[in-house]
Amino acid sequence: MSDNQLRIVWIYPDLLSTYGDQGNALVIERRARQRGLDVARLDVRSDQAIPTSGDIYLIGGGEDRPQRLAAERLRRDGGLHRAVGNGAIVFSVCAGYQILGHEFINDLGQREPGLGLLDVVSVRGEGARCVGDVLADIDPRLGLPPLTGFENHQGVTHLGPTARPFANVRLGNGNGTGDGTEGAYNDTVFGTYMHGPVLARNPLIADLLLKLALDVNALPPTDDRWYEALRNERIAAAQQPA
Amino acid sequence: MTGNSDPLSPRAKLAVTAGKAVAAASRAAGRGSGSVIGGKVALKLDPDLLARLAQHLDVVLVSATNGKTTTTRLIAEALGAAGPVVSNALGANMPAGITSALAGGSDARYGVIEVDEKYLAGVARDTDPKCIALLNLSRDQLDRAAETRMLAENWREGLAGSKSVVVANADDPLVVWAASSSPNVIWVAAGQMWKDDAWSCPSCGGVMQRPGDDWFCGECGFRRPTPSWALSGDHVLDPHGSAWPIHLQLPGRANKANAASSAAVAAVFGVPPQVALERMYQVQAVAGRYDVVQFQQRDLRLLLAKNPAGWLETFSLIDPPPTPVILSVNARGADGTDTSWLWDVDYTRLTGHPICVIGDRKLDLAVRLEVANQNFQVCDNLDQAVSMSPHGRIEVIANYTAFQDLRRRVGN
Repeated sequence: MSDNQLRIVWIYPDLLSTYGDQGNALVIERRARQRGLDVARLDVRSDQAIPTSGDIYLIGGGEDRPQRLAAERLRRDGGLHRAVGNGAIVFSVCAGYQILGHEFINDLGQREPGLGLLDVVSVRGEGARCVGDVLADIDPRLGLPPLTGFENHQGVTHLGPTARPFANVRLGNGNGTGDGTEGAYNDTVFGTYMHGPVLARNPLIADLLLKLALDVNALPPTDDRWYEALRNERIAAAQQPA
Repeated sequence: MTGNSDPLSPRAKLAVTAGKAVAAASRAAGRGSGSVIGGKVALKLDPDLLARLAQHLDVVLVSATNGKTTTTRLIAEALGAAGPVVSNALGANMPAGITSALAGGSDARYGVIEVDEKYLAGVARDTDPKCIALLNLSRDQLDRAAETRMLAENWREGLAGSKSVVVANADDPLVVWAASSSPNVIWVAAGQMWKDDAWSCPSCGGVMQRPGDDWFCGECGFRRPTPSWALSGDHVLDPHGSAWPIHLQLPGRANKANAASSAAVAAVFGVPPQVALERMYQVQAVAGRYDVVQFQQRDLRLLLAKNPAGWLETFSLIDPPPTPVILSVNARGADGTDTSWLWDVDYTRLTGHPICVIGDRKLDLAVRLEVANQNFQVCDNLDQAVSMSPHGRIEVIANYTAFQDLRRRVGN
C-alpha cells in the first residue's frame, strides 16, 4: 500500500458479476473504512486497462461466454500479472477462480487458457450441477473459522503442486474432485467456488486479505454481531438434511 | 368478430370439463384456485387443448422478468373496449395455468396471456398469437433459472419468422436482441433503470456503450432501434407524435412503462391510446401488489420486488424519508435459494428511512444493510415490525413467497 490509500480493484463487473459479486468489494471496503483506512475502489470494465498499482484485486463469477471473453481480455491486457508481480493480493470466485488457473473449458467446449496465476486446471464436471449451501474447514495455517458459502457450478478444479487447498468441505462439493478440497491459494492469490457473496458470510477472510495487503498481523476489532448471527444460521442450515 | 363458431372437438370438451371438475375439487379441498391442477389434468387428456382453445381467440402473449402480471391486467383492461377478454389474471403463467384460464372463457374474443419467460417460445407455437409483448429481461432466481442471455437467445429462436406483431422494449438490449429476429416489431421506448445484465453485447460479446438513454455495441454495430412509441414522463407518445396522459392508480415509473407498452398493444387491435389509457385507470391492485391495507392502525403499502431490477424500480416509487420501510426476504423454492442477489441491490437508496427487516432471510438483509451503513432493526415478524413504526404510511417491500406470507398475515 502506497500513500496511505488502500486501492481495491474490481475486475470486469460488466462480465463477471452474476452472483452478487459486488458484495465482496463492498465488504472489504466497509471493513477497511471501519479501521480508519482511506479506500479507493476502482471498477474496471473489460474495455479498460487493468491498473497495476492496486492492493487487492477481486474477480467474480459469471456465465460461460462472459467467462471466455474475460479470459481473452485479461490475457491480452497483462495488467493483472504485473500487479501480482508487484505483490498485490487477488481474490477470485467461481468463473474468476477458473480464469486464474492454467486452463478451463469454455462455452464452446474447448480448452481455454487461463492466466496461470494459480496452479490449478478446471474441467467440466460429468455429474449434476453443484448447487447449495457449503460448510468447510479452512486450511488451519490461515487460522480462520469455518467457511460458509453457497455454490452453483458445473466445474471441477484440480490442484497442482504449488496450489494449496483453501478448505476441506464438510458439506457440499467445493472443487468437485471428490477429495473434499475447496478452492486454492498460494501466497497472494486465492480462489474459491463460494458465492454468498463469500466475504459477507466470512468477514474474517476479508480481514485476512486486508492484513496481507497492509502487511500487518492484526486489525482493530469490529462489531460483527450480524455477520456472526448470519454465519450461525447458515452453518446450522447447511447441517439440516435437505 | 372471430367468435367461437368452431365448436371444440368432443375430446377437447371432455378435457375442459374434466379440468374444471378437478379444479373445483381442488378448490373445495382448500388447495388454492385449482387452476394449475385443473389445467394439468385437461392437458393430459388432450395435449393439444391449449392450441384448440386459443384458435378461437385473438391472442396476446406478455412476457418479461418484471411487470408481466400487471401488464397483462392493463392490456386486458384496454382490450375490453373492443370485446370480451379472457386472461390468466392471477399469474398462473405456465402451460397448465394458461390452459385452465382459457378454458374458463368460452365467450371471449381476446385472450391476454401472461407467459413465464422459459415457456414463451412453446406457448407462442401453440397459441399462434396476434401480438407478443416483451418488456424486459434481467437476472432472476439464479440457482435454477437459465442464464439471462440464454433466455434472450431462446426467445430469439422462438420468434424467428413469427407472424405475430412483436411489441418490444427498445431500451432493453436483451429484449431487442430477442425481438429482432421477428419481421414485424413495434419498438417502444419504455425505459429500464437496471442495466447490469446488458453491458456485454448479446450479439458479439463486445462492451456496450450507454451514453444517456442510448445504447450501442462499439464492435458489431448492434444498437438501439428507433422507437415508434415512447414513455415520456407522464405521457405516452404514439407513432403520430401525439402525447397521451397516463393516469394510473398503480404507482411508479415501471407501471407507466407497462402502460406505454399496453397502449401500443391495444393499438394493434384498433383500440386508440386515449381509450386504452382511460380504461387502464381502473386497475387498482394486481394480485395484492401495490395494495394499501390497514393493519394495526397503520397504512401498509404492499410492494413485490423479486430481483435487483424490481427492487431498483420499487425504491424509486416509495414515499420519501422518514416514511418507515419494512423489508422481507425469503429464499424458498419459488424465490430461488441463493440470496446473493441482495448484493446487487443498492440499499444506500434507503438512507434516511427507518428500516425493519423480517422474513426467513432477515439476517442476510441485516448484514447487507450493515455493510451499506444503514440504520435498521431486525424483527421477529410483521406485527413486531409494524408496532415499532409510527402511525401512517409504511412501505413494505417483499420478494415472492415473503409477499404471499404478508398477504396472509394482513388478510389481503
